[in-house]
Amino acid sequence: MSETMTGAEMVIRALQDQGVEHVFGYPGGAVLPIYDALFHQDKVRHVLVRHEQGAVHAAEGYARASGKPGVVLVTSGPGATNAITGLADAMMDSIPLVCITGQVPTHLIGSDAFQECDTVGITRHCTKHNYLVKSIEDLPRILHEAFYVAQNGRPGPVVVDLPKDIQFKAGSYVRPLSNQHKTYRPTVKGDMDHIRAAIELMANAKRPVFYTGGGVINSGPHASALLRELVQLTGFPITSTLMGLGAYPASDRQWLGMLGMHGTYEANLAMHECDVMINIGARFDDRITGRLDAFSPFSKRIHVDIDPSSINKTVKVDIPIVGDCAHVLEDMVRLWRQGAKQADKVDLQEWWSKIEGWRARNCLAFKNSKETIKPQYAIQRLYELTKDRSPYITTEVGQHQMWAAQYFKFEDPNHWMTSGGHGTMGYGLPAAVGAQLAHPNSLVIDIAGEASIQMMLQEMSTALQYNLPVKVFILNNEYMGMVRQWQELLHGGRYSQSYSESLPDFVKLAEAYGAVGIRCDDPSDLDARIMEMISVNRPVIFDCIVDKTENCFPMIPSGKAHNEMLLNDYLGETGADIGSVIDEKGKMLV
Amino acid sequence: MLQMKTHYPDAHRVEPVNRHTLAVVVDNEPGVLARIAGLFSGRGYNIESLTVTETEHEAHISRITIVTTGTDSIIQQIKSQLERLVPVHRVVDLTLTGEAVERELCLVKVVGKGDHRVEAMRLASAFGARTLDATLTSFVYELTGTTDEVERFIKLMMAVGLVEVSRTGVAAMARGAEGIM
Repeated sequence: MSETMTGAEMVIRALQDQGVEHVFGYPGGAVLPIYDALFHQDKVRHVLVRHEQGAVHAAEGYARASGKPGVVLVTSGPGATNAITGLADAMMDSIPLVCITGQVPTHLIGSDAFQECDTVGITRHCTKHNYLVKSIEDLPRILHEAFYVAQNGRPGPVVVDLPKDIQFKAGSYVRPLSNQHKTYRPTVKGDMDHIRAAIELMANAKRPVFYTGGGVINSGPHASALLRELVQLTGFPITSTLMGLGAYPASDRQWLGMLGMHGTYEANLAMHECDVMINIGARFDDRITGRLDAFSPFSKRIHVDIDPSSINKTVKVDIPIVGDCAHVLEDMVRLWRQGAKQADKVDLQEWWSKIEGWRARNCLAFKNSKETIKPQYAIQRLYELTKDRSPYITTEVGQHQMWAAQYFKFEDPNHWMTSGGHGTMGYGLPAAVGAQLAHPNSLVIDIAGEASIQMMLQEMSTALQYNLPVKVFILNNEYMGMVRQWQELLHGGRYSQSYSESLPDFVKLAEAYGAVGIRCDDPSDLDARIMEMISVNRPVIFDCIVDKTENCFPMIPSGKAHNEMLLNDYLGETGADIGSVIDEKGKMLV
Repeated sequence: MLQMKTHYPDAHRVEPVNRHTLAVVVDNEPGVLARIAGLFSGRGYNIESLTVTETEHEAHISRITIVTTGTDSIIQQIKSQLERLVPVHRVVDLTLTGEAVERELCLVKVVGKGDHRVEAMRLASAFGARTLDATLTSFVYELTGTTDEVERFIKLMMAVGLVEVSRTGVAAMARGAEGIM
C-alpha cells in the first residue's frame, strides 16, 4: 500500500515505522519542512539540544543505553559540520545512528549557497555510509536502508542528506517489504569448522584468557548472557576492553578487570602470559596491545568479529571467526557442552594460582588521604553509594574516565557509555541526556573532569528543559589531568597550557541553569554529599575538588609491553622523577 | 623488499611487496568512486592504476579495476576494507585467481623531423601501434598492451620526440570459462 505525502512527511513516517521514539536535533532553514511535519504528530518526540555535536552524542548515549539506533536531525552547513565530531565518535565506537541533515535545494547544490556544504563529501570518512537524496522516488527506500545499514553488520552512523526541495515534493511512500539489501549482507553465523577448531584449542589450553570488547555489547543482552555462560562453563579468566565493560559482571571471581594502557596488573599479565587468547568482539586497539611486537608472545589467538577487516589488521590470529558475537557464542556454548575433553583442571588451577598472585599485588590500591579527596576514592564512594540503583554511567575523556573504568564496577551491559576510540571530550553530558531519556526513572551519572565538561556544558539546558535529572560528577583537579600526566611523563613536568585557568564556579553555574550545585572538598563529608546528589530528582552538578597531582595508574607507557607496566607505587616513598620512564622512541607515540 | 610500516619501535618485520590487480564490482551510485579512492588515501594504500566505467547499464553496475601494491597482509586489508563498503558487490583479486589478462591503452604524440620521424614510425610498427593522426611534423599513435609493453613503448618514444601521453589504466579479466559476475 502506498500513500502520497511530502518528503518531509515521509521522513517522519519512516521514523515512526522504524519504531523511533526520540529524535535529537536542532532546527534550521534547510530542515524547516521536516520540523513542520514533526509539529503535526506526537509519536516521535523531538529533543532540542543546544549544539549539534550534543545531538549526536545524546543519540549515541540513547543508542548505547537502549540498544536501539539513535536518530539525529540537523540543518545544512553548520548544522552538519557541527555534527561531524559526533559522527566520527559513533564510527569509531560502532554505534548505530541515523543522522538526517538538511541540504540546500537541488538546483542550488554546488553554487556555494547560504549554509551549503558538501555534507556527503565531508561525512564520507566518518560514517558507515551516506546518501544524498536527489529524487523523491528514492527517499522511502533510502530512509529504511539507512536504518538497515546502521544496525546490521558492524553498526555505525549513516547520514541521509536531504535537499529542501525534496522535502516539499510529494511522492508515494511505501514501506519496503524486505530487509534484504542488494549488496550489504554481512555474515552473521560463524564458520562451524573454525568454531570447532576454536573449541578444540580452548579445550587443550593450559593458560587461557577471554579478551572481550564492545562487540559483545553491540550484539545485545543475549550475547552477554551467553558470554557469562561460556566463561563460567570453561572456568577461564576474563578481561575486557573499555568498550566491553558490563558484558561480564565485575563482581565475579573470574573477572580480572579491564586490560590495556590503564588496565589491571592481573589482566595485562594474563594477556602477556596466556597460551590461548579468545578475543570476542574486540579489535586489538593500540590502547590494548601496547607494543605490538611484544604483545602476548606465547599465545594462539581466536578472534570473533563481525567485521572481516578487523581480522589480522594489526595482530595476526590463528583462528578467525567472522560473525555476530551472540551467534558464535551460542555455537561455542553448545559445542563446549557436547565436547568430551575439557581443559585440564590441574593446568587451569596452576594458571589461576599464578593469576591470584598477580591479583594479590592489588594494583588499584592507592594512598588515601584525610585532608584531600583522592579521585580514586571519590569514584569508589560513588560506586558504593549508588550500586544498588544499577546506575547508567557516562564519562568525558581523560583521567576521570580511566578512574571510572577502574573503580566503578559494572554488572550489566548497556550501563556504561564512554567515548572509546575517538576519545571525545564533551561526550559525557549529552550522552547522559540520551541515556536518561532511554531510562527516565534510572540514576544516570556523567563522571566528568572540570575541563571536559566545559566542552558540551550547554547541554545542561537540555537536561533542564526535559526534566532529565542527570548527575554531573566532576572530579575537579584544575588540570586537564591526562595531558598533565603525559607532560609529567614525557616533557619534564612542563605543564604547557594544561592548567584549567579561570574556572567557573560550578555551583553557581548549576544554579544559573536552574539545576542543583553541590561542592565537596572534604573526604569526611563526601558520602553525605553524594547521598544529597542522588536524593534530588533534578539535574545536579557536583563539583568534587580532588587531589591536583594524582596520576592514573597502572599505566603501560607508550611503546612498552604488557609486562612493563607502571604501578602507582613504583616511585617508592621518595617520589623519584618519573620523566625518565619513557624512552625517546616511546615519546613519538600517542 | 620494503620495511613494513609500524609506529612501534624496533618492529623490523620485512615482508615482500607484491603488485595485485583487483576487480571491484560496485553499484554505480553517486560518490562510489570517491568512496573507493578515499579509502585508499585515508588508509595510506597505494593506487598504481584505477580504471572505471559502467559495465552493465540496466543494472547500474560498474567495474573498477585497481592495481595496487602491498605486503600480503596489506592486500588482505585492502580487500576486506573494500568489501565492507555498502555499494560494493564483489572484490576479486585477479592476481590470486591466476594469470589474468591485463591490457591498457595509451595514446602518444611525437613531434619531429628527419631521422627521429623515421625511427618513430619504425618503433610504432615494431610494437604494432596504430597511427591515429599524422601531420608533416607529428604522429599520434595508439598502443594497446600490458603495462610493461606500454611503459617500454613510451620510454623509447621519448628519444624520438614524445610530447604527450594519455593512458587509460589497466582493464583486466581472469582467464578461463568462469565469469565473476
